[in-house]
Amino acid sequence: MTDNKEKEIAEKVLDPAVKAVNKTVDNTPLLEVRNLKEYFNVNTGFFRSKPLKAVDGVSFTIKKGETLGLVGESGCGKTTVGRTLLHLYKPTDGQIFFEGKELKSKSDIKAFRKKATMVFQDPYSSLNPRMTVSDIIGEPLDVHNLCSSKKERRERILELMGYVGLNSEHASRYAHEFSGGQRQRIGIARALAVNPSFIVCDEPVSALDVSIQAQVINMFDELQEKMGLTYLFIAHDLLVVRHISDRIAVMYLGKMVELAQAEDIYHKPLHPYSKSLLSAVPVPDPKTARANQRIVLSGDIPSPLNAPSGCPFRTRCQYATEQCAECMPEFKEVSPGHFVACHRIAEIN
Amino acid sequence: MALLEVKNLRTSFFTDAGEVKAVNDVSFSLERGKVLGIVGESGSGKSVTAYSIMQILAGAGKIVGGSIKFNGQELVNAGEKVMKTIRGNRISIIFQDPMTSLNPTYTIGKQLMEAILLHTPRNKKEAYDRAVEMLRLVNVNEPEKRMKQYPFEFSGGMRQRVMIAMALACEPDILIADEPTTALDVTIQAQILELMGSLQKELGMAIIMITHDLGVVAQICDEVIVMYAGSICEQGTADEIFYNPCHEYTKGLMRSIPTTDTKGRRLQPITGTPIDLLNMPKGCPFAPRCDNAMKICIRERAERILINDDHAASCWMNVKKAYENGEVTIDNTDLPQKDKSSAADAEKTDQPDQKKSKQTKTKSDSTKKGGGDNDR
Repeated sequence: MTDNKEKEIAEKVLDPAVKAVNKTVDNTPLLEVRNLKEYFNVNTGFFRSKPLKAVDGVSFTIKKGETLGLVGESGCGKTTVGRTLLHLYKPTDGQIFFEGKELKSKSDIKAFRKKATMVFQDPYSSLNPRMTVSDIIGEPLDVHNLCSSKKERRERILELMGYVGLNSEHASRYAHEFSGGQRQRIGIARALAVNPSFIVCDEPVSALDVSIQAQVINMFDELQEKMGLTYLFIAHDLLVVRHISDRIAVMYLGKMVELAQAEDIYHKPLHPYSKSLLSAVPVPDPKTARANQRIVLSGDIPSPLNAPSGCPFRTRCQYATEQCAECMPEFKEVSPGHFVACHRIAEIN
Repeated sequence: MALLEVKNLRTSFFTDAGEVKAVNDVSFSLERGKVLGIVGESGSGKSVTAYSIMQILAGAGKIVGGSIKFNGQELVNAGEKVMKTIRGNRISIIFQDPMTSLNPTYTIGKQLMEAILLHTPRNKKEAYDRAVEMLRLVNVNEPEKRMKQYPFEFSGGMRQRVMIAMALACEPDILIADEPTTALDVTIQAQILELMGSLQKELGMAIIMITHDLGVVAQICDEVIVMYAGSICEQGTADEIFYNPCHEYTKGLMRSIPTTDTKGRRLQPITGTPIDLLNMPKGCPFAPRCDNAMKICIRERAERILINDDHAASCWMNVKKAYENGEVTIDNTDLPQKDKSSAADAEKTDQPDQKKSKQTKTKSDSTKKGGGDNDR
């Protein structure tokens, strides 16, 4: 491919002008998860082990073309959800449907991995330091035998690099020669290599500086628009998640506590945990920050090894009653598209 | 007199590849009881500024110029003996990562008491009481029991509380917090910021808050310094910096954070990547990434220009703006007429005139040395 053509693609994809994001969200579910569970066995002594319930009965759907944001504190299981979805961990229990078909056999999973890929959090450790950029991006092509000739493979790699704003001369370099933002671009190009329809983005911008973060976020937006991608966007930075997501799911200690449209979560969160999580976000505006009444949670997130009975949030919840300790509240739809798991939702709001 | 006065501080790291000017001509002062925020990207020199004040630079780092005055006492070249009476006693620091800044082989109590025994005339019993009192102050439950525990038994937020307790045990005049909440979750971050805010009011100490999170700055800081590539590009009160940014870099930072208004729209990122400190350009370090860069930006660094009493920025755009508003006049009439860029250029040739003008007062002493690269 000539330099000109490459530039053309880069310009088309990475239009720097500020413009409204226009994407189309189909109402058909692309991915459906039912009662997903992922337990890890943790040794607690000689010949004794205990299940750590990293993800404990999570159900949700992702529509075609949308971005679902997944937020929560560290240790709440959001990364595990992303990884289990792609069968990087074998799910302990639960069903995953992709395009209406359940993933069961090994061949289902292999076909699924051609359609679903992942962008990792740390651009420093997720790229092999001994491989050149073209090998890193080309690896998925080799694994899935997507290119019939060397020439085709090379052209495809250059095309992918063009999509994410890398130049063709970068192809023969090693990962250590790039800055954090550029490395994340390499990681994204690798995820795009198999021409996926679904990408799990696991904290893709949290290791980047603010000014670079915005570049990468814009790139995610633009790629989605151009290729009709669907994202599961995992992050702990709520301002970023809010910007990029159509719907947001909030997790706490392996369970989903709230799921709704992004603006609904921000303007009228219903679960007490979502409320305090949102009020804790520092707003980059001194006057609002001074006026803002924060709900400061006391204590830390409990260990998932000794999760509280009933509602996992009850130990830090100011509204907790005896009922909360007895049974886990049902994750139910309170208004169209707004799911919450809380016993006392009617009284609190 | 200001509690801490830093003037033309320059710190360099001498590496095999050459001299890295990590802090280049930084000046600021800190009053008693104020919270000063230092913001910048990684590599902007914000942490090195703090380490220079404490003089805990790593092997290759050295303060090569400038002065740091604490309560009127000069700290640069003061010697280790003097620093030992100040470090951890009058000025304390808490680090970013509470996981690695505590010693895993000693109990929390022992580590807390160490600082107290070292800097105050208290005996062991009194030091113990003081340590328990400090733990209670930072809202650690059952402090007596916690004193006997080791760091691994504490969660991240708890460890950061212990670090704060340790830093405050000798009632310092200044607390330097180097990204104290970056490693913590937002809910824990809110707890720690709340705690620092209330302790600051209670004990009346000054805080230097180093962070890259503009949200944290907005929440806690009275004054803000924005750093880029080792130098200060803008400084002023928090309100001035957030509502009236006058440096192109600060404006770019503000534009690139997602807010309510950006929902459903593209963000406006700063283009390009941060600068290589080994190859600093002659002009403004931000010029290569600046959308509005003019010829003069590449040729010469802007001086520190006072926007008003609470606000100063080093950006030629302010001169340009003043010129366009007719607040600055240019003597030289034989210049060619005049699109914007040549107007900006014209100003450069007439720099001395601007200094006399009312609106853009400049402190000329700082830039002469601040050019830095001219010396080479």
